Amino acid sequence: MEHLELFFKSIFIDNMVFATFLGMCSYLAVSKKVSTAIGLGAAVIFVMAITVPLNWLLDTYLLQDGALAWLGEEYAQYDLSFLSFIMFIATIATMVQLVEIVVEKFSPSLYNSLGIFLPLIAVNCAILGGSLFMQSREIPTLGLALNYGISSGIGWFLAILAIAAIREKIRYSNVPAPLRGLGITFIITGLMAIGFMSFGGMLTGGDEEKKEDKTAVVKTEAQVQELANNSKVIK
Amino acid sequence: MGLLPKKDAKLITDPLLDNNPITIQVLGICSALAITAELKASIVMAVAVMAVLAIGNVVISLLRNVIPSKIRIIVQLVVVAALVIVVDLILKAFAYELSKTLSVFVGLIITNCIIMGRFEAFALANTPWRSFLDGIGNAAGYGLILIIVGFFRELLGSGTLFGIPVLGDPIEKTGVYAFGYENNGFMLLAPMALITLGIIIWVQRSRNESLIED
Repeated sequence: MEHLELFFKSIFIDNMVFATFLGMCSYLAVSKKVSTAIGLGAAVIFVMAITVPLNWLLDTYLLQDGALAWLGEEYAQYDLSFLSFIMFIATIATMVQLVEIVVEKFSPSLYNSLGIFLPLIAVNCAILGGSLFMQSREIPTLGLALNYGISSGIGWFLAILAIAAIREKIRYSNVPAPLRGLGITFIITGLMAIGFMSFGGMLTGGDEEKKEDKTAVVKTEAQVQELANNSKVIK
Repeated sequence: MGLLPKKDAKLITDPLLDNNPITIQVLGICSALAITAELKASIVMAVAVMAVLAIGNVVISLLRNVIPSKIRIIVQLVVVAALVIVVDLILKAFAYELSKTLSVFVGLIITNCIIMGRFEAFALANTPWRSFLDGIGNAAGYGLILIIVGFFRELLGSGTLFGIPVLGDPIEKTGVYAFGYENNGFMLLAPMALITLGIIIWVQRSRNESLIED
């Protein structure tokens, strides 16, 4: 249930593009044709499914306050979380390179369809944003982190696919000249984002009180986790 | 701009209007829009990007003859990430509340396409001083758009500027509220940032027809 909830939440409610504007640059630059949009979208899902769990491991066993406790008591006092930006981006950049090499070696046909997009992805804000949100929302387990990576990627894929289809059609419409191209794309994206906001009530049934209850539970769970960590540290 | 030779002054003034990084080059939209619901956050973000871009441009420009072109992306990412960590720690030390509002978007300056874009397009091929000016100019162009969007969203959305009410009191019905004006809460939501930006592009391209696409 927890998994299903996170899955739909990250695709529709917290959609990368429409709710947090991540990956807008490549979203605008590569959405002129549906076929290229599918290629880039698939590459994003693929890379996020790898980097988010990897960064979760890094965060949990290396960077968080007290995360080094597994090395021994004297390491428990260190808090390396200020290094997370540089660690995350280094992981992403190297993983993208690695994935590119592996895919090229073992599946030339996949490489031909994904290949040119992979370098673009290292600097796609959606990828780093996924890892940073994973950290700030305190996703509790590795399984959920994997789920979060895949579902945020799917959300991004849906968004770029939709805008590419609309842009292919809008070429035949009579748009005011100064709005053509970028301007109308922004406005359409805004309207799509308003549409996606209607998914907001999906998980709570529009019942605000229930939603608050849920966040309270999650918070206490996080606190329990923290307490458990602390007690580990004390031991 | 009397202080600078004409060629250098152009580096600063060009990105403000006719070659604006957001509306013309389509760079740096990623982290720009989510934080523009308040004017104060927009200004802090603009200043942070300016610091990172200007210093990063100088560093990359100094290193431009040493970096092997094959690994330049990773080198650039490391330089930006280091600068962003400094900015993040400074924000946490001196403006903790604001750094909470900006949350992950400070970290996302790393993948702000404006920064990588300027490194690739300018700093790798120019001297440090010119790169510095280019960094300041582009960050100013980026900041200008952020501040315009932030200004309208905060003014129309909550009737305040920098958190100070400028249109009167909505509860006691003073100022413009006495005439039945209501705050448009919709302006505070994420999608309106996109639509505001679309309108800015519309105005800009109507004024300068050479910028029209197709």
